[in-house]
Amino acid sequence: MSNANNSLERVQASLARRYRAERRFVWYGRLAVMFALLFVVILFTDIISKGAGAFRLTYARLDITFDPALIGVNDLSDRAVVAAGDWDSLVKTAARARFDGVSGRKAKRELNALFSSGAGYDLKDLLLENPAWLGQTKSLWLLVDDDIDTYFKSRLDGEAYAARVSERQIDWIDQLVEDGDMELRFNQTFFTRGDSREPEQAGIRGALVGSLFTLLVAFCLSFPIGVGAAVYLEEFAPKSRWTEFIEVNINNLAAVPSIIFGMLGLAVFINFFGVPRSIPLLGGMVLTLMTLPTIIITSRAAIKSVPPSIREAALGMGASRHQVVLHHVLPLALPGMLTGAIIGMAQALGETAPLLMIGMIAFIVDVPTGMMDTATVLPVQIFLWSDSPERAFVEKTSAAIMVLLGFLIVMNMAAVLIRKRLERRW
Amino acid sequence: MANSEMIESVNNVSESGTERQTVGASFCDDPKFSIRNASVFYAEKQAIFDVSVDIARHEVIAMIGPSGCGKSTFLRSLNRMNDTVEDCRVEGGFHLDGQDIYQDNMDVVALRAQVGMVFQKPNPFPKSIYENVAYGPRIHGLADSRVDLDEIVEDSLRRASLWDEVKDRLHQPGTGLSGGQQQRLCIARTIAVNPEVILMDEPCSALDPIATARIEELIEELSQNFTIAIVTHSMQQAARVSSRTAYFHLGELIEVNPTEMVFTTPEHELTEAYITGRFG
Ligand SMILES: Nc1ncnc2c1ncn2[C@@H]1O[C@H](COP(=O)(O)OP(=O)(O)OP(=O)(O)O)[C@@H](O)[C@H]1O
Ligand SMILES: [Mg+2]
Repeated sequence: MSNANNSLERVQASLARRYRAERRFVWYGRLAVMFALLFVVILFTDIISKGAGAFRLTYARLDITFDPALIGVNDLSDRAVVAAGDWDSLVKTAARARFDGVSGRKAKRELNALFSSGAGYDLKDLLLENPAWLGQTKSLWLLVDDDIDTYFKSRLDGEAYAARVSERQIDWIDQLVEDGDMELRFNQTFFTRGDSREPEQAGIRGALVGSLFTLLVAFCLSFPIGVGAAVYLEEFAPKSRWTEFIEVNINNLAAVPSIIFGMLGLAVFINFFGVPRSIPLLGGMVLTLMTLPTIIITSRAAIKSVPPSIREAALGMGASRHQVVLHHVLPLALPGMLTGAIIGMAQALGETAPLLMIGMIAFIVDVPTGMMDTATVLPVQIFLWSDSPERAFVEKTSAAIMVLLGFLIVMNMAAVLIRKRLERRW
Repeated sequence: MANSEMIESVNNVSESGTERQTVGASFCDDPKFSIRNASVFYAEKQAIFDVSVDIARHEVIAMIGPSGCGKSTFLRSLNRMNDTVEDCRVEGGFHLDGQDIYQDNMDVVALRAQVGMVFQKPNPFPKSIYENVAYGPRIHGLADSRVDLDEIVEDSLRRASLWDEVKDRLHQPGTGLSGGQQQRLCIARTIAVNPEVILMDEPCSALDPIATARIEELIEELSQNFTIAIVTHSMQQAARVSSRTAYFHLGELIEVNPTEMVFTTPEHELTEAYITGRFG
């Protein structure tokens, strides 16, 4: 009896200590989670605050007269003549007409520098769309130069950054603002154009399409190969030293730095097989090397999670091994495999290093139209922009990061959704 | 004390290798299955020692014995399910209707169509009830048309006395049934390919008494058309469903006799010790 009392006392004495330890433990976990969340919040606020501006650009309104004599184009159907036309003069003339008292070379140059060097070509495109405008005068919104854009945006924020604009230019801008002829408008260019040396004309479409093609290739190659390898290793391979060796190596491969895969791609695909560099096909092949281990490992886990009782049942019915795999294992493992593949693709989407090795870092203006066009990808585009000296590229960089993160989030959500949707039902 | 002595003495016997004689009536004329000097090894470890027994046509033979004595191992060697176990080795003669099932030219797929199996835990496929039953006939090409298949499915479900309960929900998942219904579904699935022998490994151990009673009834009915070997831990069940009972002990077949006799006047002292509950 006294013995029992004694141990009860001891238990109670230790209880307080155990509860304290538990509370400590819980708090430790909470702190860790909060810490992680804090970093996520900081990252997102930083990127969004920097990048949000890139979705709007500064435009100025001018009265443009499409004077055939000025451009040197009478017949819009003749492409050679249209291409040789002096489209910039449209902007220059209209600008000079807008502000009086502009004289001297320096002033003229500064005036011309208000507008984007691409403004003339935009007008050409507009005119080609509306051929009836030839000879008429229209009030149109024109893209301004990136320095002006930066100045105007910073001025709206209350802290004008005037380092790269002159007194005269500020004067003109004041006039435009006063007349309501300068404002921020949605930056369509960002989503419809490829890269450019001029920040105001640069867009991510080229990189986006490049990424898309690259991922498509990577998925089409790595999913069937990865699933095939996983099925063989899990279901058919005899458990021998040899398969064990393969297994260990696949697991090791998953930990190899991605740049090594780039080197491998360079050595094998470019130097040996002579695949042209900088194209999505090659990028996809290199990313396949990189994502294969991930896909094999997740697919094997998915196959392993199919309960052995299902296999036994099918075997007991007289199903052959390939029927067991095809009829029972694969359908049940598919959600897990797809999840793994999507996560692998998300990894590949964010991958930069191996693609640098195979020349996908080139400056490419044209939006790629196929697997064989030179292209770049989103993360490389981000890298390129972040390396550019122009201040306007800072917000472009952040905006591109936002787009990339958006895609990553969507892909990860898709993975979660698939898992939820096709949740195992046994 | 008595228990451990008993087990020790058996160990001594088997190690010395003198007495490997099964007592009782283990053989019969014109058997469905005849097993001679069967031994099963898991890697180096021997799980079945030199077992010889016949299984008669359309009989229900029960296999009882303490846990780990090798009942499942023996049962699984009858339709070569042990092939799927890495480094499991089977020796001895296994003849189904006079044909050696471990012969090289014996097709496992065909064998398993002849010798079906019902497992301890109900394991319907995560597909509809209909698909569960139709699976076997499909892979073996037993049905010529959809109508044929429907017929087989209905017939199998009726014979497994499940039809009335599921006829309105044939296309709902089989995993949504109760445990007892699932096990009957598994039986229906097995008999859908019209096997000759059905092996059952503790088919009722996951079920409540009412579901168990239904399965037992079913076994009795099925015994008119099929040969059934059933492993069970319940001696009452063995007594209720089987005509002969085989008692296994530490991998050896100790006694095979008519069920009544095993449970009233067992020949071997180990059998007696087991059925009177002195160990197990
Ligand atoms: N896959 C396996 N690998 C190695 N040893 C095994 C394997 N399966 C069974 N054994 C061993 O073989 C022996 C017989 O096992 P078995 O499952 O046949 O016994 P059992 O009589 O069915 O027992 P229970 O009544 O508990 O189901 C046991 O000692 C067991 O440890
Ligand atoms: Mg067992």
